[in-house]
Amino acid sequence: MKAKEGIMKYIFLLCACISIIAVVTICLFIFVNGVPAIGEIGIIKFIFGTHWNPSSKEFGIFPMIVASIYVTAGAIIIGVPIGLLTAVFLAMYCPAKLYKVIKPLINLLASVPSIVYGFFCLVVVVPVIQSITHTSGKGILTTSILLGIMILPTIINTAESSIRAVPPMYYEGSLALGATKERSIMKTVIPAAKSGIVSGIILAVGRAIGETMAVVMVAGNQAVIPNSITSGVRTLTSNIVMEMGYATGLHREALIGTAVVLFVFILIINVCFSLVTRKKDK
Amino acid sequence: MSKLKTYLKHPFSFILLILIGICTFITVASVLFIICYILINGIPNLTPSLFSLKYNSENVSMLPSIINTVSITFLTLLIAVPVGIFSAVYLVEYAKKGSKFVKVIRVTTETLAGIPSIVFGLFGFLAFVIALSWGYSLIAGVLTLVLMVLPTIIRTTEEALLAVPDTYREGSFGLGAGKLRTIFKIILPSAVPGILSGVILAIGRIVGESAALIFTAGTVANTATGLMSSARTLSVHLYCLLTEGLYTKEAYATAVVLLLLVVGINALSNFVAKKIAKV
Repeated sequence: MKAKEGIMKYIFLLCACISIIAVVTICLFIFVNGVPAIGEIGIIKFIFGTHWNPSSKEFGIFPMIVASIYVTAGAIIIGVPIGLLTAVFLAMYCPAKLYKVIKPLINLLASVPSIVYGFFCLVVVVPVIQSITHTSGKGILTTSILLGIMILPTIINTAESSIRAVPPMYYEGSLALGATKERSIMKTVIPAAKSGIVSGIILAVGRAIGETMAVVMVAGNQAVIPNSITSGVRTLTSNIVMEMGYATGLHREALIGTAVVLFVFILIINVCFSLVTRKKDK
Repeated sequence: MSKLKTYLKHPFSFILLILIGICTFITVASVLFIICYILINGIPNLTPSLFSLKYNSENVSMLPSIINTVSITFLTLLIAVPVGIFSAVYLVEYAKKGSKFVKVIRVTTETLAGIPSIVFGLFGFLAFVIALSWGYSLIAGVLTLVLMVLPTIIRTTEEALLAVPDTYREGSFGLGAGKLRTIFKIILPSAVPGILSGVILAIGRIVGESAALIFTAGTVANTATGLMSSARTLSVHLYCLLTEGLYTKEAYATAVVLLLLVVGINALSNFVAKKIAKV
């Protein structure tokens, strides 16, 4: 009996270690396979090179980095105001009956697979943008709209719960001083809920920058630095998914190098997230 | 009436109120539009021939992909659920609260949860497909997905275990049961609903996943015959149909099935979560 207890304890411990082992091996595999290629190409040439042309051994991912930043920023510009104000509605205005309808719908939005989003965007949003702007319809604008919708549930759910966590006295105090409901929300409730909202936005940034399958359908995928809001772009993630299937040699390693850059972005976002949440806990 | 007067005096508040209304409308409208659009365009395209057992280029049947989705989901859960639950048990029942080890695990599960699925896919490709030279295979896809859903299962189980009142533990110890017996007979059974909702969430993620599977489980469209054979899930099937560009009708039909599947799983998870709230 004693032995069994001891053995099981170590089995539990071993399982708990698996997530550590997983993160370490993932880092190892990505970095060991990617970093030498970056060294071979030259880190400056790799990150700031503006030409991606695997057939002539040109591996510059600057256009992809720019594209990833643009579409993520676009998603934030579209998604955050809409998401935040929807969260305000849910937390401060929504009648209980309506809430029972809207809340499941938002959770539904969170569970739609990214490939379905991409498909929807391809058959609905792309033609609309196409007819308005007379371009191919695939590009930064379309991708931003797509990602803006995709990050809505993340932003709404975190913002709503942090607004609800603000002590009601803040809001009531403001009302008692004669401020209107909207003014009280904007000037007292939102500032008090700020760190929760910010952590939601950071999560959303992580989701937007890592999104692949939906983006690859509607971004246009040209590996050039975009010169307008409708020009086609290729993000870091779509660069990997498009060429990994047939790449060999240095080309494949350069794609893994792309993943290294993406990984570094994600790690930075994670660190920001834990800094913000730690601050909140204090 | 008096409300309207106050709003006239405070145009800022009035504009804000309207904006809040508009934004909520946009959110709700986009959900409804996405769901309805896919359903309306997809359901008429659901023909019986799409559910035949064999896939070929004349009839891009999705039944093999559905079978593959089920087997990949089942195999992934078979590994991820015990590992996830056991790690959570260690974190809650054995590890000292706030110890360094617990902190490290918390940070790594958070990191694991934040890694984009394409990076998982790339890792699976490098580790299982190339380094272990398994080729595109069911097992490579399954192991990649295990790593992906592990954080979800660990986190939900942890919360469920923490919610079990300490009196249960004390009662069990007081009756002379050992720690292991207490865990398996008392704590885990009372945490089942919480664990279940986490598992259902994980199923939803597996079914919807595509980026992590293309380069691990591959894109062969027929039913997998063994662990080492390549197979596509329904999401990957949809992606392939779209990139081939010849099968728009079939793509709509596939999107409907995928959407209904995920929505159903989501509803089930909500239902289970509500059950817990009642208990």
